[in-house]
Amino acid sequence: MSTPPESIVEIENLCKSYRRGDQVIPVLENISLSVPVGQFLALMGPSGSGKTTLLNIVAGLDRADSGRLVVAGTEIGGLGEVDLAAWRARTVGFIFQFYNLIPVLSAFENVELPLLLTPLSRHERRSHVALALDLVGLHQRRSHTPSQLSGGQQQRVAIARALVSDPTLIAADEPTGDLDKVSAEEVLELLARLNAEFGKTIIMVTHDPRAAARAGRVLNLDKGALIA
Amino acid sequence: MFWSLIHRHLWRHKLRTFLTILGMAVAILAFMLLRSVVAAWYRGVDQASDNRLVTRHAVSLTFSLPLSYLPTLRQIPGVTAVTYSSWFGGVYIDDRNFFPRFVAGPGFLDMYPEYVLPPEQRQAYERERRACVVGRRLVEKYGWRLGDQVPLKGNIFPGDWSFVIRGIYRGEKPGTDESLLFFHFEYLNEYLKKTMPGRADRVGSFTLRIADPEQAAAISRLVDKEFRNSIAETRTETEKSFQLGFVAMTKALLGAIEVISVVVVLVILTVLANTMAMSVRERTAEYVVLKTLGFGAGHIGILVLGESLLLALAGGGLGVLLSFPSGRIFSHALGGLHDMVFPPALIVTGLLASLLVGVLAAIVPMLRVMTMSIASGLRRVG
Repeated sequence: MSTPPESIVEIENLCKSYRRGDQVIPVLENISLSVPVGQFLALMGPSGSGKTTLLNIVAGLDRADSGRLVVAGTEIGGLGEVDLAAWRARTVGFIFQFYNLIPVLSAFENVELPLLLTPLSRHERRSHVALALDLVGLHQRRSHTPSQLSGGQQQRVAIARALVSDPTLIAADEPTGDLDKVSAEEVLELLARLNAEFGKTIIMVTHDPRAAARAGRVLNLDKGALIA
Repeated sequence: MFWSLIHRHLWRHKLRTFLTILGMAVAILAFMLLRSVVAAWYRGVDQASDNRLVTRHAVSLTFSLPLSYLPTLRQIPGVTAVTYSSWFGGVYIDDRNFFPRFVAGPGFLDMYPEYVLPPEQRQAYERERRACVVGRRLVEKYGWRLGDQVPLKGNIFPGDWSFVIRGIYRGEKPGTDESLLFFHFEYLNEYLKKTMPGRADRVGSFTLRIADPEQAAAISRLVDKEFRNSIAETRTETEKSFQLGFVAMTKALLGAIEVISVVVVLVILTVLANTMAMSVRERTAEYVVLKTLGFGAGHIGILVLGESLLLALAGGGLGVLLSFPSGRIFSHALGGLHDMVFPPALIVTGLLASLLVGVLAAIVPMLRVMTMSIASGLRRVG
């Protein structure tokens, strides 16, 4: 079960397909990949190449049909739904293209959400959230709801939510895809900082070569396969 | 945080939430009123005494019995007292002024201690042949006072009748009928002897008090055996059975009211289920995000169920509260002689119906979002 500490993600011969009626559509074919701890990895490729599916499987949001997948020392393919949910809460922080903040909650409450699943006291939760919001430069906006924030600010709140529980891995799916150039730059800067200063492993799916350029490693997928 | 999420979701679409709660309140109010009407029908049955039997003509209540049965009835073993009464009918000013009017034989007030009359009024009633006793509700409705004349136009017993109010009774217990008028049998009988001798010395029914309620069936058989093969065979039953006989006459109507009360709840169930389905569909992205963050299907289920229950119970609670003033208005509109009563059991039923609606309305959207995989949810979200 355990993997060498230097490798946070170990994938061997991973396959995934979807069914559409009687038709089986292969999405990922024999993917093998190793991601070292602390790496900032960008996954690139055309639409439909399978990069988001690969990210979802690595992050425990989807399941592979076959192959071996060890993330942060756990072979997650063998986990049941409840254990997988608990594992996700402990291990992975997510950043989505469209931020996906809960509109009725303030920035502070959105960031606090993942901590509700931990045994932390209310006081401890509050100090963790304050720290995370400080890190993304939005402590002053903590009581604002998402509709009162710009797109860039919402994405920074989403980043704070992703890192507040101190996850081992941050999974980002097109984090700059819905942002203007300036906001995108701010978000990428923040991700680079999380990687460089805090040693967070980041796997980012992107179409944007400028975003990929901020990553330490870039992998390309095409038709479900990794290409050199 | 769960509570916070639930109530903030509800206030996200204030108008929709308000209308759903209002719809739920109206449905539960209708349910309560309809159930109360059905309960009112059975109130006479509930108030019936275990130690009273009613002897009437075996064929039908519309046939009378000879007064000459009285001595025989008094001698039946187990019978401690006997009185008699007849339905008088009549019209007070207008057909719309309906209230029960009876002719009461001697011992009527002793037989029915639940009609409480001050001793001096009782004496005044017993002294005067033309006296009558009326219920408190009638006095309130028509503004009568002791000594007032009550004119009645006879229909079963033709003629212009007039009675003097010498007594005003009140019910011993809540629910006792306080809308009766009764007067002396002798007054009617003397008139009949002069004008329609063939109808004199006959009564609608006898009421028997028995010493042991457990002997009710045996005594009833004994009474009916006594008059078998006579000119007027009898049918004797407990007061409760006698009252149930009246209820049975309107059984189809009562059944229809009960069905309507259930249909009203089913209608609001579909409305709430639709509201919940819309709300959950709108928030699929949020539920998927919560799942992504590690919240389990159970957490998501609690959010959906909690929202549905809160809507249903807020509306149901409001409906139950509104049933009290509405009941008074309804009762007033129906003449004010009978209260709409909402006993604790009916209140609990109303709230349980709300709870059930809340649970049933949540089931389909709850299961859908609980079982939705994160990957497919994220694809739908975009």
